[in-house]
Parts: sequence; C-alpha cells; structure tokens
Amino acid sequence: MIGQFLLSLISGIFIGGVAGFLGSLMLSKRMALAAGPLGHLALPGIAIALIYGFDISLGAFPFVILGVVLIWFLERKTRLPMEALTAVVFATGVAIAFFFLPIDQAEAALVGDISKIQLNEAIFSIILCAIVFLICQKIYPRMTLINVSEDLAKARKIDVKKYNLIYLLLVALIVALGVKIVGGLLTAAIVAIPAVSSRNLAKNLAQYKLLSLSFGTISAALGISLSKCTTLPAGPLIIVFSAFIFLISVIFQRGK
Amino acid sequence: MKNTILKVKNLNVELEGEEILEELSFEVEEGEVLAILGPNGAGKTVLLKTLLSLLPYQGEIEWKEGVEIGYVPQRLPFIKDVPLSVKEFFDLGKIPINETGEILKSIGLKEGILKKKIGDLSSGQFQRILIGWALSSNPKVLLFDEPLTGIDIGGQESVYNLLEKLKKENNLTILFVTHELSIVYSLADRIICLNKRMLCSGVPREILTPERISDLYSGRVKFYQHRHIE
Repeated sequence: MIGQFLLSLISGIFIGGVAGFLGSLMLSKRMALAAGPLGHLALPGIAIALIYGFDISLGAFPFVILGVVLIWFLERKTRLPMEALTAVVFATGVAIAFFFLPIDQAEAALVGDISKIQLNEAIFSIILCAIVFLICQKIYPRMTLINVSEDLAKARKIDVKKYNLIYLLLVALIVALGVKIVGGLLTAAIVAIPAVSSRNLAKNLAQYKLLSLSFGTISAALGISLSKCTTLPAGPLIIVFSAFIFLISVIFQRGK
Repeated sequence: MKNTILKVKNLNVELEGEEILEELSFEVEEGEVLAILGPNGAGKTVLLKTLLSLLPYQGEIEWKEGVEIGYVPQRLPFIKDVPLSVKEFFDLGKIPINETGEILKSIGLKEGILKKKIGDLSSGQFQRILIGWALSSNPKVLLFDEPLTGIDIGGQESVYNLLEKLKKENNLTILFVTHELSIVYSLADRIICLNKRMLCSGVPREILTPERISDLYSGRVKFYQHRHIE
C-alpha cells in the first residue's frame, strides 16, 4: 500500500510541478485558461481509455492536440476572442464524452484519480514530465521575449512560429498528463493557480519560475497526502490547496 | 559623396484587404536622421515594421549589405504581464553582462536599475531601457517608433538629448516616427510626410510650412510650437 501511495505521490509531484512551471509561461502569454477547454476536450479520449482500460493520458493526448488545432484554426478563421471559442469547444467536449463515459468511472474522468496509478504509467509520466520541463526551461527565455513582444522577437530573427508550436505541444502534453491527477474538469487550475499565486509574489522572472514550480509541487504533494488520510479524492484536494496558497499570496502580494 | 544605407522603391503594404501604404519611394543616407511624420493611422508604424520585414509587402526594400538594425517599438503593453527585472530583460536579448555596464552608461542610467522590476520604472526610464536593448546588437541603424509618446516633458528632453548624443557618438542612422513637430525641427536632417502616400519630403525648415502641416493633418491636429532644448 505504501508503495502505491509513493508511486502516486511522486507522479503527482512531477505532474503538478511541471504544470505549474509551464503555467507561468501560459500566464505571461495570457492563455492561462486555455488548459481548461483542452482538458474538457480530452474527456472523450479519457472515456475511451477508461472503457478499454489503457492509460488515460494516452487517450487524452490526441484529443488535446485536436483541441489545440481547433482553437487555433477557429481563432484565425472567425476572429472571435479565444474565450468565446473556449466556451464552444469545452462544452462540446464534455457533451460528447457523456454519450459514452462509463458512469461508474465518471469521477476518475472528471476530477482524476492518481491513487491507483500503475508502475509503468508512473514511469512513463515522470519521464514525460522531465522532458516537458527540460524543453520548457530551454525555450523559456525566447518564449518570454515573444510573450512580451512578437515584434521585438522577430526583429531579433527569432522564429516565432516554431517556438509557439513547441510551446503548444508542451501545453498539450501537460494537459494530457494533468488529467491523470485532476481529471478533465480541473486541468486549467493546475496550470493557472500556481502561476497567478507566483505572480502575486515574484519580484523577477527567476522567482516567478521557481515559485510557480514550487506551488504546483506543494499543492500536489499536500492534496495527494491528505487524500490518503481521508476518503476525499486527490484532484479536488490539490486544487483546494492551490487555491489556499493563492489566498495567502494575495495577502502577501507586493505593494502596487 | 553619397552613401546610401536604405533604398525603398514602390513600396505597397496591404493588411487585411486595406491599403496601408501606397507607392512609397525614398532613400536614406548613412548617418542621416530621418523623421517620418504623419497623423494617426497614416501608416508610420507599419512603415517601420515593414522596413524590419515584420510585415508582408510589395515593392523593394534594400538595406546596405550586412547592416545591423536596432528597433525601439512604441509600447510594450504586455511587458507588465511578466515579472521581469531590467537585468532579466537584457538577458532575454542575450546581452552579455560585461556589455550591460557600457550600455547603461550610454543611455544615462546607473547599474542599480538592473535589479528593478520593469513594471516599476518610469516611462522615461523604460524608454531608455528599450533604447539600450536596441543598441545592444551594435546597430548601424535605429528604427524608433514615437520616441516621446507618453513621456513627461522632462523625460522627453532627456530622451531627445540621448538620441542627439547617440547620433554623434555612434554615427547612427536614425529613422523615427512621430507626430510631434518639436523633435522634428531639432533632430531631423530630413523628413518624410506620410499619409498612406508620401506627401512631401525634404529639410524640415523648408518643408514644414503651416499650409503643409495643415494639409498633412487635414487641419485637425493642433500645431506644436518649436521648443528650444538646451
């Protein structure tokens, strides 16, 4: 039992930490909420994975990629604001999932269930997290410049399209991993909340990155641990801890 | 002896089906300060961005071979979305730490500013940091969008003086966009009046007659008196 707990704790810490880290980049790109519709859109994929009994991240990933392409395409085609498209896309994802989501496993799909993670799934998740973290760390300076001003970046001959594509792939990966711990409904929260808390407190970029990563890690660790001691599900607990950290950050935020 | 650094011929820019610039042709000599003057929506910023190849265009834009260009944008509205110290902003431009001292000196700021958060700077300080950023690639040409917008009068004079100094010390070619005539009179060697098309070009004192200014702005923009800056 202890082994199973450690497995879920370590996986959760990796996923939560890296989600927070990537979330800091998403927040400075003003797309912190984008993980929400993507997570919702992953629900049909999660449902399929639950029915056929394979890793839900694997089920989620193609649907998330589809979501990235869809939102990107619709935004270009319609020129509607992303938040409006978000409403269309995520509701559709949830609706479709409910046609065939096995109802006894709905909780795992909606709010995640890391407690029964298998060893091979855990190793797979941890390796993927490490890869996402390293690539994110590598593209961070240039992505930040692009987020600040695409013109400045282009004037420095940075291939903005290439970096945006890599970044979106990382987002898709982290959402697919994130559904494991917080389900399709709450993925926006694991990327957004640590980053906004961090921004309340950070004086510079180095602190911003470190705090986002730390808050993501701490929330995941606390949520999964408390879930072990109680009968409450880990996913929602992680979000509640994350929100609690956010409240503290509001109290201590730098004077404006 | 002419030493042309930029040649623009029959430049047309169309964005989303709307003609923004039509049939522009002009040349810029090395070391020259060229002001691009025009009302809001005249296509001034678009012209700068096009010269940087940031926007699609038709026609010819020919820079002297291998010339390095620095760009100072008008505003960076999103920069406050990221907690960023001045030092880290320089790092984003891959500016070596041993050069930052030199750059700060040339833009008249002290080393202490490196630790400050970008969001806490005054608009004048921030403008200088942007200039410093653009200078870090050792450009021969500086493209500058609205150098004085949003800066208080004291800050304006210091940014103006800085441009004057940079021009002298580095033999920079400067192209700047503005709708403020004061800076045009005192800094520019030559001006281009722009409103989609080129309306006039030449030496400021000869070109900027009250009638022309009124034409350019369709009489809707108030006239800025020339202010002497010591």
